[in-house]
Amino acid sequence: MATREEIADTLAGFAMFADLSTAQLQQVAHTFDEAVYPEGERILRQGLTGSGFFVILDGEAAIVVDGQQRATLGRGEFFGEVSILLGEPPVADVVALRPMRCLVLSGPAVEAFLVAHPRVMYRMLQAQARRLRNANRWRS
Amino acid sequence: MAASSNAGSAPERPFPPGDYPVVVVGSGPGALQTSYALRRLGIEHAVLSADSSPGGMFRRWPFFQRLLSWTKPYAPADRASRAFERYDWNSLLADEPDLRAIQVDLMDGSSEFPSRPEMERNLAAFADRAAIRIRHGCRWESTRREDGPDGGRFVLVTSDGEYRCRDAIFAVGVAEPWRPDTPGMDLVAHYADTRPAETYADKRLFIIGKQNSGFELASGLLQWARRIVLASPSPAKLSVNTHSLVGVRARYVQPFEDHNLGGGVSILDASLDHIERAGDGAFRVHLKRSDSGAALMFEADEVIAATGFVTPLRDLPALGVTTFGQSRLPAMTAWWESTTVPGIHFAGTITQGVAGLKKHGIPPNSGAVHGARYNARILARHLATTRFGVAPERPALAAADVLPYCLDELSGAPELWHQRAFLARVLTVSPDDGIRNEGIVPLTTFLDEAGPDGVALTIEADGTGAIYPAVYTRRDGRTAEHLLAPHPLLDFTTMEHRRQLQDVLSVIGISS
Repeated sequence: MATREEIADTLAGFAMFADLSTAQLQQVAHTFDEAVYPEGERILRQGLTGSGFFVILDGEAAIVVDGQQRATLGRGEFFGEVSILLGEPPVADVVALRPMRCLVLSGPAVEAFLVAHPRVMYRMLQAQARRLRNANRWRS
Repeated sequence: MAASSNAGSAPERPFPPGDYPVVVVGSGPGALQTSYALRRLGIEHAVLSADSSPGGMFRRWPFFQRLLSWTKPYAPADRASRAFERYDWNSLLADEPDLRAIQVDLMDGSSEFPSRPEMERNLAAFADRAAIRIRHGCRWESTRREDGPDGGRFVLVTSDGEYRCRDAIFAVGVAEPWRPDTPGMDLVAHYADTRPAETYADKRLFIIGKQNSGFELASGLLQWARRIVLASPSPAKLSVNTHSLVGVRARYVQPFEDHNLGGGVSILDASLDHIERAGDGAFRVHLKRSDSGAALMFEADEVIAATGFVTPLRDLPALGVTTFGQSRLPAMTAWWESTTVPGIHFAGTITQGVAGLKKHGIPPNSGAVHGARYNARILARHLATTRFGVAPERPALAAADVLPYCLDELSGAPELWHQRAFLARVLTVSPDDGIRNEGIVPLTTFLDEAGPDGVALTIEADGTGAIYPAVYTRRDGRTAEHLLAPHPLLDFTTMEHRRQLQDVLSVIGISS
């Protein structure tokens, strides 16, 4: 269990929130919900509508497509944004490889959050660009 | 078994210290519903409570005397029917007609929201009429594990002695006042310390927090305070905007109108920096605006921290129970068992810690009686099946009856309406067993646990105001989601729904 002040401190160390002031980090910690998942639990479900945007505070998750593990995600990384941005159900399961603690923002709240925090949106875009570059390298 | 629920106990103080298969801690709605459901299944258990009478939190709160959950005396369903539960959020569940919809007859007709004393009477009446036995005045103090001849047991140390059990169910509410450790926070009152309204006459009031408890105080003190400021880092959500119970309820929005019209209420997005005394009993509250970080300072005669409550789990975290979130809720499985300490279960408002799919950000209503009462019944059935060898009822259904049955459930099943995208009616189909009604279960257990082909029915909402049936199929271990059409009058028995549902049922080989 972490207080919101402790969560704000944790977020300060994540690249995505690196440009925010202390007051803004406090606001983020109050806007997102904290959630925990035991090992093996599905956090995101392939094909199911209405999922959220997740930032990993602790733990590790696998991205699983049609039963095949494709990648892993760890502390400071995020997932769930693609289906929210595109308005489509997730194309992968995300499964906790060990106990996980995440911050969660509901799908309908993501657009307003990103518009209100353009520096977070820019950092997220950078992370997406890195993912795209790595995916292209893998294919070539 | 050294002691039993029926042996050697005086009627007024049942359950002396000893060994019991299950111990339930609490005497609020969660504990009452759990005890009732366990008894119906024949599961012997003890119920312990530190309180002197049933009612839990409702013996003290809410301050301004009316609940946020309604009971409608006049509704499009017979009061003794299961369908009426959709309109009565406050009565506990029972199979006997005279134990159903108890709240309705205890309200004075002045509001659809029961007053706090009316709710307390509702719970006391249920405990009395259902003859729920509770050992009152017995405070759970600590917990340990010990090995026994037939496996591990929990030892609950209480003010009356030690209770041993294989499974413990904690229905102790989320009612321990909590405040952040901001400098100066110890100087001010908590929501739980709020005094009678008239004592705030002509005071400058500062409320920390913009959730329902903060707005309850602001609403109740609007006509008394000289000025009211509410502040917290993130903008307040309103339930009328989220189209759900997320956010400040409609009953408490008057301070917003006052704020928007400049009437003396200010609602700020700012984080608290520190609080200090200002002389003459007043305070200076120092803030930083969330948008610019700019400093703000207010003088106030009264500061109230409406900063929430935590779960009074005592030493369970030391026993290994993982907690999370501002309310320090236990991390639970879909069946409300600690993810880290098997055998420790939870009931009542604590079950809000299981979010389920939380589709579109809308959580189940487990934090309130109208959601938690169903969770308790399912927990009791799950325990009876998995721990006590009670064979679950799995009525057979003829193929021709499936479609009308499913339409009926989607139209009126209160479990599905109150616990949307969280609880589901499950039917399975297999060559050996035919079509079976597996009852109401947490939806994620259908999606994540292996099982025969089947279908799970629930009701969902997407946060736009639309409410619609959702049906999940499981065929050869693969699950799929099927969303049916919404309807402006919430009528899901139309020809369109019938056709859609027929198509979905054909996925698992049911045609009618």
